[in-house]
Amino acid sequence: MSVVSLQRVSKKFGVGGVRALQAIDLEIGEREFVSLIGPSGCGKSTLLRIVGDLIQPSTGKVVVNGKTPHQARLDRDYGIVFQDAVLFDWRTVAKNISLPLEMVGWDRAKRTERVNELLELVELVGFEGHHPWQLSGGMQQRVSIARALSFNPPLLLMDEPFGALDEMTRERLNLELLRIWEASGSTVVFVTHSIAEAVFLSTRVVVMSARPGRIVGIVDVDLAQPRTADTREEERFADLIREVRHLLRRDGGLDVEEPTPTGEQDFIAAEEALD
Amino acid sequence: MTSTVVEPIPRGTLGRRVGRELTDWAPAAAVFVLGIALWEGLVRGLNIQEFLLPPPSEILQTLWTERDTLWSAGWFTFQEAFGGWLIGCSVAMLTALVLARWRTLSTALMPFAIAANAIPIIAFAPITNNWFGALNQSSKMVIAAVLCYFPVLVNTLRGLTSVRPQQIELMRSYAAGEVEIFRRVRIPNALPYIFTGLKVATVLAMIGAIVGDWFGGSLDALGVEIQRQAGVFAFTEAWAAIVVASVLGIAFYAAVAIVERLTMGWHPSSRTE
Repeated sequence: MSVVSLQRVSKKFGVGGVRALQAIDLEIGEREFVSLIGPSGCGKSTLLRIVGDLIQPSTGKVVVNGKTPHQARLDRDYGIVFQDAVLFDWRTVAKNISLPLEMVGWDRAKRTERVNELLELVELVGFEGHHPWQLSGGMQQRVSIARALSFNPPLLLMDEPFGALDEMTRERLNLELLRIWEASGSTVVFVTHSIAEAVFLSTRVVVMSARPGRIVGIVDVDLAQPRTADTREEERFADLIREVRHLLRRDGGLDVEEPTPTGEQDFIAAEEALD
Repeated sequence: MTSTVVEPIPRGTLGRRVGRELTDWAPAAAVFVLGIALWEGLVRGLNIQEFLLPPPSEILQTLWTERDTLWSAGWFTFQEAFGGWLIGCSVAMLTALVLARWRTLSTALMPFAIAANAIPIIAFAPITNNWFGALNQSSKMVIAAVLCYFPVLVNTLRGLTSVRPQQIELMRSYAAGEVEIFRRVRIPNALPYIFTGLKVATVLAMIGAIVGDWFGGSLDALGVEIQRQAGVFAFTEAWAAIVVASVLGIAFYAAVAIVERLTMGWHPSSRTE
């Protein structure tokens, strides 16, 4: 069963404004790990938000978990992780993670149990009483991931979650994320700027063109599971990276792997998210 | 997995913490004592006349001999200031909540609020005296309240609206409605801003109460006392009353600051590094 289904989805901002996405067709099945990669402004973050019902598409049909995105959001069928950890300073790590559970009305005992489970999962046991400012960037992101998984959603939406971290932390968290993905059995849609990261993490890599964003190609990543640090050494890994890069180059002449500018995300968030 | 982490500095027992606070304040206290000593020394040494600048020793003496009058005057005036502060701050915070919820109202009303703030409210003292009675504490409470209103409104509103878009997106992903967003995000986020406004308001409320009394107030009021004593050239007595007003103002501010510290241990401003 497909978890996310996009048919002829397009998005234009404002009247006579920017066309962010054009005729997107994509099916994502259960337990897949799908990365969206493309140049800045190609609409990948917009697409992610359309799936999450945080932005409305201009045309096209979106089905998430068998429902409309709106219903899926109301039913809390997905967890979302941003590039910024977006933790609340006035809450401890434990309370940050349990926030969605509080909102759904879980009782305290159940919440504590779940939080402890999640802290083990993201390897932050012992930090429940800490405040966000006492943690490093990587640790904050792990809290953010734990929070997104708190009510065990079938779908995980991730918008360049490791973009603000250094390379080594990034590679380490990649491995962690794969372990978590395996353990939780969820489907992941992952936006990234890094070709290597996309290939390493995914079952499929969706390559998008420059604005207006279209799907240029989809690369099936047939590397063995579970992926390890050694996977990066394989020749097939390098081949796949080349394949993705060629697809990216073919459209718009670009070299990816730049550090993430904030422009696209802030623009989108400011446009639509604040009512 | 090791990572760089700022470990919270062990805070220690209450006794230790108070001891540490006291040592932090020791240099400032030393300067204060030196300052008073200097004042005393200069006045005596240069034989400055009492009506120009009384020496601290005289002021202290007057504070003692007049303590009953000063205490009741101080309390009377503080009631005016505190009452006005309570009213002004509450109304301001309520207004801010409304304006944050319905932004269109905000764009419609803010220009008026800004204009109103530019008016020297103290000029209205004779009017409020007329409406509420010069001897009535309410007339000064109104002045104090109006003075408190705008800073608290602006600060609270900014706190409620300076939430990052991604925080709102996050809440929407949890299917949160406006009320929940207010409760869980906007209001906690606004607390530091609100306290800033409240602290500023304590100062303004005291000013409103004391200066308001200069335009006509009960003999029980500190402002009237200062004016009266100055009027008969009893400057030592006037200074004593001013000292009382200053101490009250500082204590009021400090009380709010302490509440802030207690409720917002998580905030950067009160983190021990």
